[in-house]
Amino acid sequence: MRHGKYPFIVGFLFLPIVLYVGLVLWPYLQTFGYSLTNWSGASQEMDFIGLDNYTRLLDDEVFAGALWHNLLLLILLPVVTILIALFFAFMLNVGGKGGTGGVQGVKGAPFYKVVFFFPQVLSIAILAVLWGAVYRTDQSGLANGILIKLGLATVNDPVQWLSDPDLVMWCVLAVLVWSGVGFYLVLFSAAMQGIPKDIYEAALLDGAKRGQTFFKITLPLLWETVQTAWVYLAIVAMDAFALVSSITPGAYFGGGPDHHSELISTYLMRSFLRNGEAGYACAMGVVIFFFTLILTIVSLWATKRDKIEY
Amino acid sequence: MTTLDKTASVPGQRGTKPEPGKDQRFADGGGVLNVFSHGFLAVWAVLILLPLLWVVLGSFKTDAQINGSAWSWPAHWGFDAFSRAWSKGIGGFFANTVIVLLGSVTLTMLLGSMAAYVLARYEFKGNRFIYYLFVAGSMFPVYLALVPLFFMVRNLGEISPYLGLNSYAGLILVYVAYSLPFTVFFMYSFFRTLPSAVHEAAMLDGCSHTRTFFQIMVPMAKPGLISVGIFNVLGQWNQYILPVTLMQPTTAGEADHSMLAQGLVNLALQSGYKSDAPALFAGMTIAMLPVLVVYLSFQRQVQAGLTSATLK
Repeated sequence: MRHGKYPFIVGFLFLPIVLYVGLVLWPYLQTFGYSLTNWSGASQEMDFIGLDNYTRLLDDEVFAGALWHNLLLLILLPVVTILIALFFAFMLNVGGKGGTGGVQGVKGAPFYKVVFFFPQVLSIAILAVLWGAVYRTDQSGLANGILIKLGLATVNDPVQWLSDPDLVMWCVLAVLVWSGVGFYLVLFSAAMQGIPKDIYEAALLDGAKRGQTFFKITLPLLWETVQTAWVYLAIVAMDAFALVSSITPGAYFGGGPDHHSELISTYLMRSFLRNGEAGYACAMGVVIFFFTLILTIVSLWATKRDKIEY
Repeated sequence: MTTLDKTASVPGQRGTKPEPGKDQRFADGGGVLNVFSHGFLAVWAVLILLPLLWVVLGSFKTDAQINGSAWSWPAHWGFDAFSRAWSKGIGGFFANTVIVLLGSVTLTMLLGSMAAYVLARYEFKGNRFIYYLFVAGSMFPVYLALVPLFFMVRNLGEISPYLGLNSYAGLILVYVAYSLPFTVFFMYSFFRTLPSAVHEAAMLDGCSHTRTFFQIMVPMAKPGLISVGIFNVLGQWNQYILPVTLMQPTTAGEADHSMLAQGLVNLALQSGYKSDAPALFAGMTIAMLPVLVVYLSFQRQVQAGLTSATLK
């Protein structure tokens, strides 16, 4: 039985580990090393400059703005997406009228589930081009077209959407929520279907209102899934590169107008590929690393609940 | 709760407990709320469908119409814009993406399940360490590693031109490496749940370790493989930041190996469609339709696969 066990183990693990260490772990570690240098990225020459990149980051107003925008997304994106998705999931699974007393979703639930999921299967880059067209700043954009139809804007004075410094982050948030809700709706639906129906029926017998049922039964039993969703959405919020770099104005990875939608990811990419400041870009990467690490730990700790068995 | 019409009776209802509302299960007289929630659902469905339909319609409009009011209706239904979009490289981008995904998804599934199987089923020194090493990798956004990764791949190109920047094989290896943590994590828990008796019986019958894996364990793990496979296809199809960094022509004359998403964005941002808005809309339609058709035909599996992949 034991014969040939170790050659087999080594044979099966060798390639995956080489690939993973070489292309994932090693670059992650190198990021730390490069962040202490003034490397331009173009040549192999670099000097060790200690923590200079980090002290420079402290005074960098663009970086501070980017960090703030990321933080804004980090809080708003999960809250808004999870609330909408939970509401829809509840409606589609247990919120319907049951003529015969069974617990079921509203009419047309399968249709809604399929349609709401659409944005999830389209590449985020396709969505970016699509929304770029929707947010056009003249009457030919769909968003302005609707407002003009409703009489909320005029042809000569359309909303500036992505070119408006005060609106641009909200436009980005709207697209992220729009595309995310479907996935979390399906995720929550799957979890809700795992909740035994007798629990709802028992609540019903006790005369529970729909809102009570949701807050007293559904939400506590779904808590772990909500936590998972939170972590996934936080990762999306920390990244959001594909969308922001391609729909917001600004040469080389967007972020405009005038850094009003700058994210750490777009600023990092511009510093690296455009400005030739690879060392500085790596320092940003390290800051995000600790930022993500701390946030994950804090959010897991803050949302900790006892596991409910059913 | 004034009406006490008892037409609706809940099975198992005991005694004299009043059941308020007609045909309602919840005690808040759901009429108003039902209209309200139906309204919300319908509005959201329109919000999803309207932009998509608008883009499809746009690919039949003329340039002047697209730059005019958003509500214009196509004057005639021709496919000129589609052929113009195709000739601007959409077809090539599509082929590039399919080539890369065929290689990367296959390799991800193969290597990922091999590693997961060994970690889940064999005890050896360092097993825990390797497992946690893999799990740790799924925690952080990709762009943390982007700068060194760029140079890593460029150096690979000096070893063999087939592996460097702007090469299919290079991108495939990178995709595989970044998909491994989740695949290993998921398949590990799946292999743990399979009964060990079958495995032992195969070994007693003189089946080699490798054969046991390919002929017995892999077929048993099929549901898990499908779930994580769908997850990987969608994940790699949606990849953007990796191809943008790694798949740009390094010299002027080099072939354009852009992925579909990347190529489309480039064409939208650069001059490719400046004077030809219908072709941009047609390009988007070409990029959207195949995925939507595949999704609609397999939507049950996709939804079930994705959720079980994340809930694990």
